[in-house]
Amino acid sequence: MATKLAEVDAVLIGVGLVGTMLGRELTRAGLKVVGLERGRPQFTVPDFQGPQMHDELRYSVRKGLMQDNTKEAVTFRNRADQVALPIRRWESFLPGTGLGGAAVHWNGQTYRFQDSDFRMRSVTTQRYGARFADPELTIQDWGVTAADMEPHYDRFEYLLGVSGLAGNIGGKKIAGGNPFEDARRRGYPTPPMKEPYGSALFRKAAAREGYHPFPQPSSNLSQPYTNPEGMQLSTCMFCGYCERYACEHYAKSSPQTILLPVLLKDPNFTLRTQAQVLRINLSKDKRHATGVTYVDAAGREFEQPAKLVVLGSFALNNVRMLLLSGIGTPYDPRSGQGTVGRNYAYQTMSSVQVFFDEKTNINPFMRSGACGTVIADFVGDNFDHGPHKFIGGAYVGEVMTNGRPIEFHPTPPGTPAWGGKWKSAVVRHYNHTSVLNVHGSSMAHRANYLDLDPTYKDAWGLPLLRMTFDFPANDLRMSAYVTGKAVEIGRAMGARQVNGAGRKGPYTVTQYQTTHNTGGTVMGADRNTSVVNRYLQSWDVSNLFVIGASNFPQNASYNPTDTVGALAYMAAEAIVKRYLKSPGPMVQA
Amino acid sequence: MTKISRRGFFKLAGGATAALTQAPALVAHAAPAPAPAAHAGAALFFNPDEMRWIEAATERLIPEDDNGPGARAAGVPVYIDRQLAGAWGAGERLYRSGPWQPGEASQGYQLPFTPAELFRNALRGAREELQGRKEGSFETLPGARQDAYLESLQNGKQDLHGVPAHVFFESLLALTIEGYFSDPVYGGNKDMASWKMIGFPGAYASFYDLVDQHGVAYTRAPISMSDNGAGVIHLHPVSTQHSGKRGT
Repeated sequence: MATKLAEVDAVLIGVGLVGTMLGRELTRAGLKVVGLERGRPQFTVPDFQGPQMHDELRYSVRKGLMQDNTKEAVTFRNRADQVALPIRRWESFLPGTGLGGAAVHWNGQTYRFQDSDFRMRSVTTQRYGARFADPELTIQDWGVTAADMEPHYDRFEYLLGVSGLAGNIGGKKIAGGNPFEDARRRGYPTPPMKEPYGSALFRKAAAREGYHPFPQPSSNLSQPYTNPEGMQLSTCMFCGYCERYACEHYAKSSPQTILLPVLLKDPNFTLRTQAQVLRINLSKDKRHATGVTYVDAAGREFEQPAKLVVLGSFALNNVRMLLLSGIGTPYDPRSGQGTVGRNYAYQTMSSVQVFFDEKTNINPFMRSGACGTVIADFVGDNFDHGPHKFIGGAYVGEVMTNGRPIEFHPTPPGTPAWGGKWKSAVVRHYNHTSVLNVHGSSMAHRANYLDLDPTYKDAWGLPLLRMTFDFPANDLRMSAYVTGKAVEIGRAMGARQVNGAGRKGPYTVTQYQTTHNTGGTVMGADRNTSVVNRYLQSWDVSNLFVIGASNFPQNASYNPTDTVGALAYMAAEAIVKRYLKSPGPMVQA
Repeated sequence: MTKISRRGFFKLAGGATAALTQAPALVAHAAPAPAPAAHAGAALFFNPDEMRWIEAATERLIPEDDNGPGARAAGVPVYIDRQLAGAWGAGERLYRSGPWQPGEASQGYQLPFTPAELFRNALRGAREELQGRKEGSFETLPGARQDAYLESLQNGKQDLHGVPAHVFFESLLALTIEGYFSDPVYGGNKDMASWKMIGFPGAYASFYDLVDQHGVAYTRAPISMSDNGAGVIHLHPVSTQHSGKRGT
């Protein structure tokens, strides 16, 4: 029997990046807010300090900061005619857990999506005709434009303190920045990061090939910075332990370094960690959320009534929470009807190894999570797709993040997997190899979706989320094309040998690719093809807001976090300025 | 995609994956001395026979040569023994509810074994397999024959008491690489020998002043997490950290 607690104005499901931001905006507006975080409380001191944080085995290989999949896993299959089986160990993607969420262990790669990404269906149709894209692709517009998003991107980037070089301020192009970006109102808060050697080699080669290299925007900071919340960040030390790790230096923007301490001081805010939310509770007519039910670390069940519910957990968990709570209509791939779980997408990744001679010391361990150089010439719709049989694109960059040797010990093709020849090749190439990333878009496809698994359960007896996904042929064609361009750049870097090929199917969960899982609670202007409106308000339950990469109708070429943060600020503004004054649907369906 | 990374319990990560389908060349090697099991007395998980097998096999996977020590001298068998004896061996972070089905390669590891159970069963099966061929025990074979047997595991589907041979091999190789390159606090990588061999500096906290010295030859000795925090820069004293209320 659940203990019923006193009602609060708002409850947050998840206290990661989105939860922290919404908590701050809502408490500032005077609301009493409870934040429920399933993981442990964790802070830069004492939890993230060296030298223990520099433990490749614990954090990279054993995934110490990630969701414990003995308690919560995801089942997976490539196609609906297969039986989904549990992902028994995380490999392909790594859902985080704990206070601060995945924004603790992220790399800090902080890009804005482009206007053509937000208007994907319209732009594709206008430029190439309605029949150009594969009819199985369920791409659609977001219901917002880059101009709508700009103020929220700007505010979020100044919260983070992003280090970068603008390419377009108010329509004025700036040499050395990203020439393809939509206009921003002002430059980045801090200048670009120092450029490592491999990135410099890439920049020169890409420029010679006629492309437009620019410094990767980074939320590991190039210099000390005080954000508008008064939080002070420090300079990134290039320690080489960033992705999958927490930052000991206060140099990576994360809830702990940009906002959480401010929120925790607010008397309107109450944090409860190790609080596992089981469901969102609904009124009898299922049109109103009455609060949530959660279980604490000792197994005690509580009901937390609230006037407003903000679901801001990891994208996959946002989808699952709606399904577990009976909110909205689950997507049915046979009929194409239903919206919850629809348009699950990912990211289409490949890489190119660039092997140098022994005089070229790449020093791969002198890196941060976001310190490289990239080109956007093949991003999104920045090039003419007319001659190609695909839509979407990828950025290419030398964006290495580390030289940690369990994960990174490159050898050229043809090297044995073990024995003396393998060992000699590892010694020969460890410090003389650079890797280019091809970070590609992922189109929504009719057959790719999320629902509840009929068989496998979590530690609380609830169904696991079931993922049905394979790479659309469109995306494999895109990956082959752009990876070919990356191989050419690799050759122009002065390499002795270059090795790389586009992504191949089938999608497999046994190989790390990225944790950019998107879709399933898609935003949009039409409630028949979206779960939330443009303010991220549930079409079905108007006092529920769902925020995260689960809102993306399809995934773009760039990393998602900047867009997640911008969406969070956009939703927060709509709640504070409009919803609270007149609760109810903000868009009439 | 490579065969070896599909079904393995322990993921082989990083740039090595492109090369993993290649079998090692068969080269005649001098037989390793059938040394006494140096660590067997201190083993937490392996019995003496198992430890001798692991010592011999890991030394073939990463042999001693002019580049640096092999797996045995680096303490890899100790590392594997401790991993299997501890929480990891017992299935930490491994979703373990049935029903159990083999599934597709893209669905990853689907066996009911914990790592400890997997090694115990597979080692028993491997010993019986060689005994059945009247070849004696693995650790007493000449090096080339040991390599040939390891290849038969790497590419084989024979059932080692429920464990497909290639799954056992992938797990063994992944644990061997982990033990060879992880911080010495875990029992392998003795004296940080592998880090010295490739030039990885270990647990340093800052390369800020070096990152833009392109191509610099980095020659400083590595440090381990156990080196008492040497080389770690604390930019903020602990006392300035905000202590927010945690929970109510």
